[in-house]
Amino acid sequence: MQKIEAVIQPQKLDAVKDALVEAGVAGITILEARGHGRQKGHTEFYRGREYSVDLLPKIKLEMVVSDDMVEKTVQAIIGAARTGKIGDGKIFVSKIDEAIRIRNDERGEIAL
Amino acid sequence: MRLSRVKVFAVLVGAVLLGSAVTPAHAQGAVSAVNNGDNAWMLVSAALVLMMSGPGLALFYGGLVRQKNILGTMMQTFAMMAVITVLWALVSYSLAFGDGGHFIGGLHNVFLHGVGLDPDPAYAATIPLQTFMVYQLMFAIITPALITGAFAERMKFSSMLVFMVLWALVVYSPMAHMVWGKNGLLNASLGGKIPCLDFAGGTVVHVTSGVSALVTALYLGKRVGYPKQPMMPHSVVLSFIGACMLWVGWFGFNAGSALAAGTLATSAFVATHFGAAAAAIGWSAAEWIRNGKPSALGAISGSVAGLVAITPASGFVSPMAALAIGLIAGVFCFYMVVKVKAIFGYDDSLDAFGVHGAGGTLGALLTGLFAKSFINPIFGAGKATGFLEGNHRQLLNQALGVAIAWGLSIVGTLLILFVVDKLMGLRVSEEDEQMGLDLSQHGESGYELEAH
Repeated sequence: MQKIEAVIQPQKLDAVKDALVEAGVAGITILEARGHGRQKGHTEFYRGREYSVDLLPKIKLEMVVSDDMVEKTVQAIIGAARTGKIGDGKIFVSKIDEAIRIRNDERGEIAL
Repeated sequence: MRLSRVKVFAVLVGAVLLGSAVTPAHAQGAVSAVNNGDNAWMLVSAALVLMMSGPGLALFYGGLVRQKNILGTMMQTFAMMAVITVLWALVSYSLAFGDGGHFIGGLHNVFLHGVGLDPDPAYAATIPLQTFMVYQLMFAIITPALITGAFAERMKFSSMLVFMVLWALVVYSPMAHMVWGKNGLLNASLGGKIPCLDFAGGTVVHVTSGVSALVTALYLGKRVGYPKQPMMPHSVVLSFIGACMLWVGWFGFNAGSALAAGTLATSAFVATHFGAAAAAIGWSAAEWIRNGKPSALGAISGSVAGLVAITPASGFVSPMAALAIGLIAGVFCFYMVVKVKAIFGYDDSLDAFGVHGAGGTLGALLTGLFAKSFINPIFGAGKATGFLEGNHRQLLNQALGVAIAWGLSIVGTLLILFVVDKLMGLRVSEEDEQMGLDLSQHGESGYELEAH
């Protein structure tokens, strides 16, 4: 099992969600996040005062999938979220030791 | 301890009841002079002006602060609606509009003694004096509320209450008496020595509140972290709603100042609307040129600046002059807020001085320039009113009125700040300021994210 975390542009959420369902990912968790990588922020003016906003709104997706699903999932996210410009986001993949379904204590991949 | 408090309360209630028991005998006279149409308009106008404070100004200011201070900011305005009302009934109406000297009214009308349902022809011949009283009260409420924009996010609620009560007595009442009260030094319609044209409160409301705002901002000092830390408005949406309510309420403020529902009210209504529109365009154009984009906050700030500037002029100028006054005010206040504040570096948090002090001063002077006798023959039929009509002295009179308002506001406000500072301190602790006024002063949050 591996965890896939993806930070994407907020406006790409619907496309990514659809692509993940199509790829067969069973469940995802979504967080509204703020952050920045190489993308610079922007400036806002309020009554002539300039404010630089460098933490931009992003969406963070988290999902845990079986090992054989990892590449398919990653490609689904890339395919739906890429615009080719700075600010498209990042994907992180890490190992997961255990998954437990709270409802019935199922363990392992069956709990995903 | 408890008992003595109860006793004090009982004495107060007794005094109020006594006052009300005396009034009716006076009030039963001939009410035939009352014109129901005028009275209807004036009651609606009074309600409109109250709506300018809450929710209008409370939303306008509330949106401009950080979210941890929204309730604290709104409460400062709301508290005026309660506290100034009681003060007005007990004493400050009398100090503003009671018979008295050139500078302040006497104590004949304390507890509203003698303020009945008969008109007082010196003020308004066709509406009950009580209508006039309650209409003027709404002005007395919003004026100190305007000052709160200057010390936003850092003043103790308790100290603010004491400051405002003293301010209403020491600055507002004398200024209102001088400009609008019987025997007032600057009263243009009742034969004051220096007749200063102020239809709806350019000097009485906006210069006093705006200049006092600057004094409090300087005296209290900057907010912790200003100007390094970004302090963006947390919701321009709320400010937008508030500003639009101010615009609508201002029809009661200016057109209501005709104190009747006649042609003068129409003229003031039109001038008010035109001034606001032109100023929104003026501010937005200046901002568009300077920053590349016209912001929503800029457009609404411009309209408020225009409403401020047209306030003293509204019952004296033609629609075209109103457009000119608005346009000038929009551009002028934009530069006051953007440039002048940055140069001097004071933390007038919500620009109470830049909009009300600057706009009020400009409007009062432009009133002397543009006033026309065919709109309002205040000095007698056929007699020139404003500078452009040939009454050159009027510009000087306007300047004197403005100077007196500035002087009284600076001296009075400094004095009060000093006293309250020594008595109980003015600012919240740095810790409380970081926490925000909502939690530290009122024990609640405007946005309770834990409540699902």
